[in-house]
Amino acid sequence: MSHRSVLVIGAGPAGLAAARAARAAGASVTLLDSSDYLGGQYWRHLPAARPAGNEKVLHHGWSTFSALRRELEADAGCEIVLGAQVWALETAHGAEAPTVHALIGPVDGIRRSGRSFTADALVLATGAHDRTLPFPGWDLPGVFTAGAAQAFAKGERVAVGSRVVVAGAGPFLLPVAASLTQSGARVLGVYEANGIGRLLRGWLPRPWRLLGASKKAGEALGYLRNHLGNRIPYRTGQAVIAAHGTDRVEAVTIAKLDAEWRPIPSTARRVSADAVCVSHGFTPRLELPIAAGCALDADRFVTVDGRQATTTASVYAAGEITGIGGVDAALAEGQIAGHCAAGGHQGDPVVKAAVAARATFTDFASRIEAAHGIRPGWTAWLHEDTLVCRCEEVSYGRLCSAASATDSASLRSQKLSSRAGLGICQGRVCGRTVEQILAAERPGGMRDGASTDRRPIVAPVRIGELAAAAADQTSSPTLISTERP
Amino acid sequence: MAARLLPAGNDPIRPGATRALSLSVDGEPIDGVEGQSIAGVILASGRLSWRRTSSEGKPRGLFCGIGVCFDCIVTVNGERDVRACQRRAADGDVVQSQHDALPEVRA
Ligand SMILES: Cc1cc2nc3c(=O)[nH]c(=O)nc-3n(C[C@H](O)[C@H](O)[C@H](O)COP(=O)(O)OP(=O)(O)OC[C@H]3O[C@@H](n4cnc5c(N)ncnc54)[C@H](O)[C@@H]3O)c2cc1C
Ligand code: FES
Repeated sequence: MSHRSVLVIGAGPAGLAAARAARAAGASVTLLDSSDYLGGQYWRHLPAARPAGNEKVLHHGWSTFSALRRELEADAGCEIVLGAQVWALETAHGAEAPTVHALIGPVDGIRRSGRSFTADALVLATGAHDRTLPFPGWDLPGVFTAGAAQAFAKGERVAVGSRVVVAGAGPFLLPVAASLTQSGARVLGVYEANGIGRLLRGWLPRPWRLLGASKKAGEALGYLRNHLGNRIPYRTGQAVIAAHGTDRVEAVTIAKLDAEWRPIPSTARRVSADAVCVSHGFTPRLELPIAAGCALDADRFVTVDGRQATTTASVYAAGEITGIGGVDAALAEGQIAGHCAAGGHQGDPVVKAAVAARATFTDFASRIEAAHGIRPGWTAWLHEDTLVCRCEEVSYGRLCSAASATDSASLRSQKLSSRAGLGICQGRVCGRTVEQILAAERPGGMRDGASTDRRPIVAPVRIGELAAAAADQTSSPTLISTERP
Repeated sequence: MAARLLPAGNDPIRPGATRALSLSVDGEPIDGVEGQSIAGVILASGRLSWRRTSSEGKPRGLFCGIGVCFDCIVTVNGERDVRACQRRAADGDVVQSQHDALPEVRA
């Protein structure tokens, strides 16, 4: 049995599975999450103050989650620290895992306490957030990410609107529509940007490989059959290309798209709605892996080997930060990561099933990308005055003119001159969109190799908290890793 | 109609007993249920926005819902820049919407 210590960041499906596997292999475990509950995005649920007799109807795999939670909460060898916002990683030398700095207490509160963690190995399982492409009117109140609709339906039983349009790309739109319906909203339609041809070409090759994923495919079919059925239209090759209203959404324009996602103007029609929920995929939360020095692959997910080990010594990664494969991939990867972080091997019998499941669901991730990945023609629905960066209120026109005026192929100087991506969200919402637009404006792309994913301070920290942290740690004055050239 | 909290009697999850809470939002009392986020309480009261942007003064409220976009920030009991979608509401919280003027005049 191992006597190692393993620190897991993120208590979604991947982190929970990692914590359990590391405990099973004999390691002592600390599990951190910034939220005040276990379960991550997939198993977001009602708080203890709102008990319910039959909450499982809102979830898939609720019994898997309940068992994970019960086991970890009852286990004295697993310390669970909730409300722990990890805000910096400090890289160590040699084979030591980085030191993890967290602020613990009420979200964004002024009196949170700082705590630093070290362990023999670190498992990063920070998940992903929605990627929503800009469109005219997307900054109006009443436009939400699809994830917001899901989070408020599952976590609060609040429907974000009463007549709701769901749009974007990807299988995630289906559970969102289902949750909205189950929360009392009327979903007017689900609009998937990709046409049926691409969906079939993406999902159908080598269908025998999907057999292993039949549970997941069954989940998708279940949504289509039970929740959507004849009540909610599911339309392919269409998108919300504008939202209208003065102080809130009153209507949207929906249009057919060509295969490259360029809208076909003659097909545009207006639909009145009081909410619109849009997601075009997911962006992995990479700030911690980047701060730890982990290499990313060509698609900008964390590079891992068969043990889920990253390129940084003693740092493992699992879940959506290594590829958008959904809950089953996250569970399998988490289990392997936790087991290996505790000193186990990927060939060990206890992880045999997880290794097989991982192969199946990684295939699932490439199908999602092949069928639903963003196509470049979407910029045709932008207007000059459409905001690209919501925080700094930088329009598409301003971004393009800053790009042509500065004649610089450096992403950083482009950001500084346009201010896009420099606001309080630190480019989480618009970063990749800004990169994509600038690259299109400058054939040859940006040449400084900078990426909008790099955020040395992972979460906004109040000056007072920084000062307190510095006072506590006079031995290590440079808490914040500096940006690399 | 707009956002709303599903009435317990219509909810297939068979909700148990809950405790009510009340916030003051820009001086106005708003009722919610213990365990809700500040954003959830405000949304369910029918109000969709609670912040004005710095440069254009445009209304903003909930967008990402999971703590990523910072569109929803409010002042809570005097503490600024608190993400309303992430902070659980506590009975008696005094919430103020934020409008931060730009520090400099833009060209
Ligand atoms: C809002 C939302 C709703 C979703 N709902 C569904 C759904 O209904 N069905 C579906 O199939 N897929 C859904 N997904 C996709 C989902 O991401 C995966 O299915 C699954 O949750 C991935 O698991 P994970 O463990 O990789 O990450 P997550 O579940 O995202 O867990 C990551 C955890 O890390 C924590 N974390 C991140 N950064 C830090 C930090 N700096 N400090 C401390 N903690 C941190 C987060 O609080 C979070 O709890 C949803 C995604 C989002 C964004
Ligand atoms: S709505 Fe995005 S941070 Fe709260």
